[in-house]
Amino acid sequence: MSRDVEDLNRRLLRARDAMDRAYAEPLDVRAVAAVAYISEAHFIRSFRAAFGETPHRYLQRRRVERSMFLLRETDRSVTDICFDVGFMSLGTFSRTFREIIGETPSSYRDGHEPMVAPNCVQMWAMRPRVAAGAATAADNAVQSSSFGEAGSAAAP
Amino acid sequence: MLTRLNVASIYVLDKDEALDFYVNKLGLEKGSDFKQGDYRWLTVRVPGNPDVEINLEQPGPPLHDEATAEQIRELISKGALSGLVFHTDDARALYETLQERGVTDFTQEPIDHFYGTDMGLRDPFGNAIRILERKNAAAATA
Repeated sequence: MSRDVEDLNRRLLRARDAMDRAYAEPLDVRAVAAVAYISEAHFIRSFRAAFGETPHRYLQRRRVERSMFLLRETDRSVTDICFDVGFMSLGTFSRTFREIIGETPSSYRDGHEPMVAPNCVQMWAMRPRVAAGAATAADNAVQSSSFGEAGSAAAP
Repeated sequence: MLTRLNVASIYVLDKDEALDFYVNKLGLEKGSDFKQGDYRWLTVRVPGNPDVEINLEQPGPPLHDEATAEQIRELISKGALSGLVFHTDDARALYETLQERGVTDFTQEPIDHFYGTDMGLRDPFGNAIRILERKNAAAATA
């Protein structure tokens, strides 16, 4: 029994790692679920049970973290950064960013200097936290079988 | 006054499988391996660097009751427990070597940063391993 749990966790972790690696690409949930060798519905359910949020939300927070990095460290335009980190539309990017960070990408950039910390530390430590209530509400608002930008458009 | 870090422990799901990965895939060497009753003290270390040993620890008796061990095993497999950071003199060459040895679980291929080139992988159980080739290593160690 316990071996099964470990084996499933390990495969879910491999799928999560795949999102961390390929966040800039247009990922779809079926492809990520395939990394874990399970069906889409089972993947979404068990990912949430293991990591406390849907795969869609995890990917959004990874993309927002990477956009924060680029806003701090580079002079690229907000629009370029939006596409750099895998969002398909500026509107979705700005809305998601504001929902998670509480300010716009431009004002975040104005308030933050480049950071002297190894990249892996930034990827671990700077991924935005989301208040538990807010995350749940957002997850519920999103039709979780949807993974790409269409899903996040369901948010107000 | 403390003088040195000597042993750091990481949790693995299986000591034999861990030994195979850390020695035959990652390229560490075996340090200690002896049994005291049921307990196996097993360490690995960077070749040529005998002062720091990594203790490969398996959850379970006599260290943990079965329920505790099960919780730890679940956390290991979620990638929520241990991690290691190594230095290398050539990250890209090592990346190739690891691939040749059959390592597939990379979390990040080598990327250049202002501080050097780093890469990431996981051991077979889910523990994170980071490897860094530092820029200006001579200056950095001074």
